[in-house]
Amino acid sequence: MKLLGFGLLLAGWAISIAAVAMLPDGVLRTAFVLAGLGVEALGLALAIRAHLDRRSSEA
Amino acid sequence: MIPTSIPSELPATAAALCTVFIFLVPFAGAGLALINTGLGRSRSAAHCMMSALCAISVAALVYFVCGFAWQGFPGQPAHVVNLGGSSWDWIAAGTFLFRHLPLDGSPVSLAALLGMFSAGLAALIPTGSGCDRWRLGACCASTALLAGWTFPLFAHWVWGGGWLAQLGARYGMGHGFVDAGGSGTIQVTGGLTALAIAWIIGPRHGKYAADGMPSAIPGHNMVLVVFGCALTLVGWLGLNSAGAILFYGVEPVRAVGIAVNTTIAATSAAVAAAFITNTRFGKPDASLCANGWIGGLAASSAAAAFIVPAEAAIIGLVAGTLVTLSVEWFELRMSVDDPAGAISVHAVGGLWGLLAAGFFVTLPEQAASAVGIHASGQWLAQLIGISTLIGFVLPLTYGLNLLLNRFYPQRVASEGERQGMDLYELGAGAYPEFLTHSEEFTQRKI
Repeated sequence: MKLLGFGLLLAGWAISIAAVAMLPDGVLRTAFVLAGLGVEALGLALAIRAHLDRRSSEA
Repeated sequence: MIPTSIPSELPATAAALCTVFIFLVPFAGAGLALINTGLGRSRSAAHCMMSALCAISVAALVYFVCGFAWQGFPGQPAHVVNLGGSSWDWIAAGTFLFRHLPLDGSPVSLAALLGMFSAGLAALIPTGSGCDRWRLGACCASTALLAGWTFPLFAHWVWGGGWLAQLGARYGMGHGFVDAGGSGTIQVTGGLTALAIAWIIGPRHGKYAADGMPSAIPGHNMVLVVFGCALTLVGWLGLNSAGAILFYGVEPVRAVGIAVNTTIAATSAAVAAAFITNTRFGKPDASLCANGWIGGLAASSAAAAFIVPAEAAIIGLVAGTLVTLSVEWFELRMSVDDPAGAISVHAVGGLWGLLAAGFFVTLPEQAASAVGIHASGQWLAQLIGISTLIGFVLPLTYGLNLLLNRFYPQRVASEGERQGMDLYELGAGAYPEFLTHSEEFTQRKI
């Protein structure tokens, strides 16, 4: 799950970069950058969840 | 406001002042080392200071060998990738070992000196989260990865004329990603590495009970912590001023304004932390106030040169609040044992500083239109920088440290943790005349 979380972090960053490189100036670019950040938030939540699961299994 | 043109060479007075400001930066390192030590256990105090010394030493050496070659400076050779029809400057193509670098007070030589200190500062941050259980050898190896790869890569993107710095000129996003004093480059990079280390090595023995509830392990010396706070202010005054002059062409006379903003951000953050802890716990908490102070400094770095004092106060107040609340959140909700609060202070504080720069930094309207950039796109550039830190730097630093952990376990043996890092790894304690309480050596029954 942690691997998936970090994969989503990288995917979110890639979306932000792609938005800058490929989309013209304006609302669409901003929306895609925000979407990239949203995917990163999801990835971070998964990574945190994986850490918590590991902690509880160790305890 | 940010000047819209950056001089390629500094006047003699600006270069001299910049040199003096850079000479102040090691005070920030000394302060952070004292804070980390004071917030740790007494039986690991000498080890913590030794880790700080080793981290700074290894960072400086690795940065000298290869770090600056990959960080570079605007106008220096760089590797470029073509993406979406335009070229993206990804990594510098300098020479190793400072070869062909004129150490004569030129902007590039000052950038190398500031970068060397900055790498050391970033490397000190994870020693706070790894306190009391991070092996000295692992600390050195992890620092080598940070100073040799993670830090220079991001520093090139921001300070070396890389793609984040060019977002303004190429894509009309304000002035590009703005981070004069290193809120992102130093603080968040170090803070995210601190998070990776805390995740990998796990909490201290006895920190969490079987039901997941944390127990308080208070710092052993608040005098060290508060003295460390005073030292860090001196270092940050130099850091924020030098970065603004060197990387953004700010006039040296603005140093007074930068100092005022930096001080206001730190003090308002400490006051916010004192108010919140006093409201919640009935008394102000010294360690959280110290964390708030450093959080305010970390947040001030991005934009201290380009804002007014009232905006610095807002940045500080929010930073102090965020840091105070996130220390508890990391400990209670995320089960992350971070003895010095390094993740909250540097990562959370630094991220807020970067975001705040997007809100508060403005470009002169006429000057902006003259060079074809949009003042309103500044916050988008800051968001892309934040996205890069969370989406690229965190996986990179976590992956590198996880790989290191496979070959060289980073956590000390449980015997070492019970005995204390001082005796176990250094053979002598920081306070040999102190009495040792027997319960410190007894395994907690949980």
